[in-house]
Amino acid sequence: MNLLDPQGPVAAANSTILIDSVFIMLAIVVPTIVAILAFAFWFRASNSKARYQPDFVYSGRVEMVVWSIPALTVILLGGVAWIGSHQLDPAAPVPGTGSPVRIQAVSLDWKWLFIYPDQRIATVNTLTVPAGAELNFQLTSSSVMNTFFIPQLGSMIYTMNGMVTKLNLRADNEGKLKGLSAHFSGDGFPDMMFDVNVISPLAFPDWVAATAKTDAVLDEASYKKLMQQGIEKGRPAYRLEDPRLFDLIANQHIPPGPGPELISDAGRPHSGGHDAR
Amino acid sequence: MPAVPTVEATMLGKLDWSAIPFDQPIPLVAGAVVLVAILGVLIWVVVKGHLPYLWHEWITSVDHKRIGVMYILLASVMLLRGGSDAIMMRIQQAVAYQSQGYLPPEHYNQIFSAHGTIMIFFVAMPFVIGLMNLVVPLQLGVRDVAFPTLNSVGFWLTATGALLVNLSLVIGEFARTGWLAFPPLSELSYSPGVGVDYYAWSLQISGVGTLVAGINLVTTVLKLRTKGMNYLRMPMFCWTTLASNLLIVAAFPILTATLAMLLLDRYLGFHFFTNEAGGNVMMFMNLIWAWGHPEVYILVLPAFGIFSEVVSTFSGKALFGYRSMVLATMAICVISFMVWLHHFFTMGAGPDVNAIFGIASMIIAIPTGVKIYNWLFTMYGGRIRFATPMLWSVGFMVTFIIGGLTGVLLAVPPADFMLHNSMFLVAHFHNVIIGGVLFGAFAGFEYWFPKAFGFRLDERWGKAAFWFTFLGFFVTFIPLYVAGMLGMTRRMQHYDVAAWRPWMIVAAFGMAVLTIGVICQILQLVVSIRNREALRDRTGDPWDGRSLEWATSSPPPVFNFAFNPDVRGEDAYWDMKARARQQSLEHDAPEYRDIEMPRNSPTGFVCAFFATIMGFALIWHIWWMVILGGLGAFATFVVFAWRDHDEYVIPAEEVARIDRVNLEERRSLVSMAGAI
Amino acid sequence: MSMTATAGRARADPHHIGVVIEHPGPASKRIVTAYGFWVFLLSDIVMFSCFFAAYAVLSGQTAGGPKGSEIFEQGNVAIETVCLLLSSFTCGMASIAADVRNRFWFYLGMAVTCVLGVIFLVIEFREFADLVARGYGPSRSAFLTAFFSLVGCHGLHVTAGVLWLLTMMAQVFAKGFRADVLRRMMCFALFWHALDIIWVGVFSVVYLLGSGV
Repeated sequence: MNLLDPQGPVAAANSTILIDSVFIMLAIVVPTIVAILAFAFWFRASNSKARYQPDFVYSGRVEMVVWSIPALTVILLGGVAWIGSHQLDPAAPVPGTGSPVRIQAVSLDWKWLFIYPDQRIATVNTLTVPAGAELNFQLTSSSVMNTFFIPQLGSMIYTMNGMVTKLNLRADNEGKLKGLSAHFSGDGFPDMMFDVNVISPLAFPDWVAATAKTDAVLDEASYKKLMQQGIEKGRPAYRLEDPRLFDLIANQHIPPGPGPELISDAGRPHSGGHDAR
Repeated sequence: MPAVPTVEATMLGKLDWSAIPFDQPIPLVAGAVVLVAILGVLIWVVVKGHLPYLWHEWITSVDHKRIGVMYILLASVMLLRGGSDAIMMRIQQAVAYQSQGYLPPEHYNQIFSAHGTIMIFFVAMPFVIGLMNLVVPLQLGVRDVAFPTLNSVGFWLTATGALLVNLSLVIGEFARTGWLAFPPLSELSYSPGVGVDYYAWSLQISGVGTLVAGINLVTTVLKLRTKGMNYLRMPMFCWTTLASNLLIVAAFPILTATLAMLLLDRYLGFHFFTNEAGGNVMMFMNLIWAWGHPEVYILVLPAFGIFSEVVSTFSGKALFGYRSMVLATMAICVISFMVWLHHFFTMGAGPDVNAIFGIASMIIAIPTGVKIYNWLFTMYGGRIRFATPMLWSVGFMVTFIIGGLTGVLLAVPPADFMLHNSMFLVAHFHNVIIGGVLFGAFAGFEYWFPKAFGFRLDERWGKAAFWFTFLGFFVTFIPLYVAGMLGMTRRMQHYDVAAWRPWMIVAAFGMAVLTIGVICQILQLVVSIRNREALRDRTGDPWDGRSLEWATSSPPPVFNFAFNPDVRGEDAYWDMKARARQQSLEHDAPEYRDIEMPRNSPTGFVCAFFATIMGFALIWHIWWMVILGGLGAFATFVVFAWRDHDEYVIPAEEVARIDRVNLEERRSLVSMAGAI
Repeated sequence: MSMTATAGRARADPHHIGVVIEHPGPASKRIVTAYGFWVFLLSDIVMFSCFFAAYAVLSGQTAGGPKGSEIFEQGNVAIETVCLLLSSFTCGMASIAADVRNRFWFYLGMAVTCVLGVIFLVIEFREFADLVARGYGPSRSAFLTAFFSLVGCHGLHVTAGVLWLLTMMAQVFAKGFRADVLRRMMCFALFWHALDIIWVGVFSVVYLLGSGV
């Protein structure tokens, strides 16, 4: 999950900006730290060689330099930030080979549901994508906020109930990656890690076909069962009955997921996450 | 709602025996230990007969110095509580690889929520407010703050908040939502327990206290300065106090409003932030950070002021670039209100908005950088004495620059898209809050302790505390930076990624080093109190200081100054000392006058007592008790308003007697300096 | 003259700004109190602005419930506004009476202010009760949530103001026009006028804009 080992163009660009920014700042920061230590050491009271200049309390030239160093750094970095924000906006297209894959991600308490509307399938806690293709994510949440994040593919984004956020990514190399939720969402939060399988574009249709053979069907009823609080250790897959399911969730046609059940009035709710273990 | 509530429900609301966590040994034992400790101290106080002293000299005191000390005491005690939370979290993350560790999620989640809440609201805030209370009137050369009794009310309300947070250990639970309680997780449907209510009400009550302190200090700085203390002659700490309290006045009402909205959602079924009926979660994010970002500067600006005082004093020079510093302080004060969105770049606001807020956030780095360079040039050409406060300051400069670097990095939106909410972020804000605020608080503590108590602190233990804390900090938080770069997100109760584990173990080790630092700090206090006669500060000026607080005795008399000093330039006291040496003066006995001082008042304490009752009753839905508490608080104020004498007179002879002792000591200092 | 004056100036004006105004020392209690209360009022206005902002964000979120134009009654609001504006005038009269230490006019001014305030509160309460009875309570929609909170927050302030007003009258009755009582009276007047200003905001943003849409 190393951020400096990107597996796609978005992550690569993000981490390049990250490293560039660090080096731009280090150019200022390192000399400053050295100067602090050097001045502090040289002007120690016991050093008789250091000249005591109690009246050196103002110098227009020094002030000029002192304001311009950070200002110039910020102007430079500001440029990086402006260009970077536009090029790497989560909703900006990430062209790839082959036709883009549409994926609708829903954060549930406490698992991830990935709906492939065009393929008519859905998976839980595992995301399978073809290498090289543009991945168009639409994201929402069944209940509380979460953040969708695959560190090695780049840019994270919030999921919120009643709203749809957009994110475009691309995975360049086949392999297994990990994703997670980066926004605390309750007791089962640490178990919201999911597998990302990047497979070859040729194998992808096979995987879709194999997955579509499952007996399990995702419709409103089974979705409502799935969105109950709890963690999911398995990796269930579904046939998608209604390709508009995501819209029904996002526009709250299906009401938000329920919270924990109370066992006592006195404040301490029954813990779904704990119980599932 | 049941048609006819039962007697229990009317009398006790939601409270019953299941509120006490008999099944959870850790909070129960911790709570019991705290309870026994409190009872022990109480019994000792009563048996030894200290109660009248405490009541008359401290609890009902409206003296800004006493209130300042009490604020700092509260902060120190809560630092231990918040620190224990930190230790538990570091151990949990060190052991919870592919296992549940020793803390179940519902407990771990309470701990990190409480840790954040306590460290910000009940450690950092009272520590800096305490130092400001203690020092600012002395630096301004006046006898008290603008509103002494309100000052006491403010302190006791803060203490109420702290009490309620700790009460949640034994009765009920604390929030399990993180220290900012984001909805919808903090809404009733997803957090049906009383945890969020404890969180919100304790912050509402202590928030009122903070607002009162803010109004008080703003008015003090702007309207109560001694003769000749023009704005551009104020010590830097007064400037940063002004900036910080202006921020309190402008930002805390936002927190109050936001929490009020959350509470309305939870108590009366409103729909500000709910998923249902058109509530808007993003509004909470905007509102809470419109308070939250200025809050960061509320904390760190006073620390900047402390460093300015310390660096200048121990370098034996006036502050370099005073005007730049003032400008930088006020610039930070204003810009801090224009950057809040950088806390949620990943919400998908669009590239223009993200970029603008990213650049605005970076702009704050300019005045901050200027400050660093000005301290640097204050040291240049100085004659630096490395007493403990100076060590903390140099340590701060090094640490804070690194925190600044990572902060600016997080302000670059594409970088933030990778690092938002990660352990990298956790490391960053600890880097600026520990390296900035806490180091500043410790520097101020060491620096002004002799002023408050009349004896210096032991240097050896102080330096040991510094080195352990300084090194412990890096050993704890550099691994967290690395973990963040390895994709680790914050608030993980357990994890399955092998690459994170070694770093968590190193961080836990660093926490142990930090703990040794805190123990050294406690030992320093113990040793110093024991050796107080040897460490006694007789002149009132132990560090060869530059501003007016050193012009009076240590500890200062209740009226601070027999005469309000007449200020003729920057570094007022340095100036006076120089003139005194030049003219080898101490003119004839001055003409002393009677001094009127505000009388002590139990208003603050009684008011906080009722606020505690009211807060507790609100949390547990005990409505009759809410009304009782409210009426009690109102009655307290009416009684206060009704009293006939709010001041007492210190006769001129008494003033003369106290002042002459101080002058004697000082004269010997001046003649000694002249001899050298 | 020139020599000493220059030397004195240089010391008093180390930054060469050109203007030297020697600070005369701490301000009087009356000024300090009023100043501090102004600062409080500013913070209170910041709090109100949050509720205004929430109203602006949520006013379109009716969730199938009523819109503003369907529930606002201009007549009532007009009476409320007149009451509050008039009460500001009478409060001003009471302040003047307190300054010249005229008990009769003080009591009269305060009493009329109180009555006007109470009339305002009664009308507002009836409006709220009526809405709740029709099923349009604050839980109905985010719009109603924001409406009830903003208007209700102002109403709570007026309630607190009435309580303070009565306490003030009792205090003048018991203690006369003491210096501290006069300072408190000044703060009360500031508070009452500030509520008026906020009401103008509420009136414009909620009722005028709301019924137009």
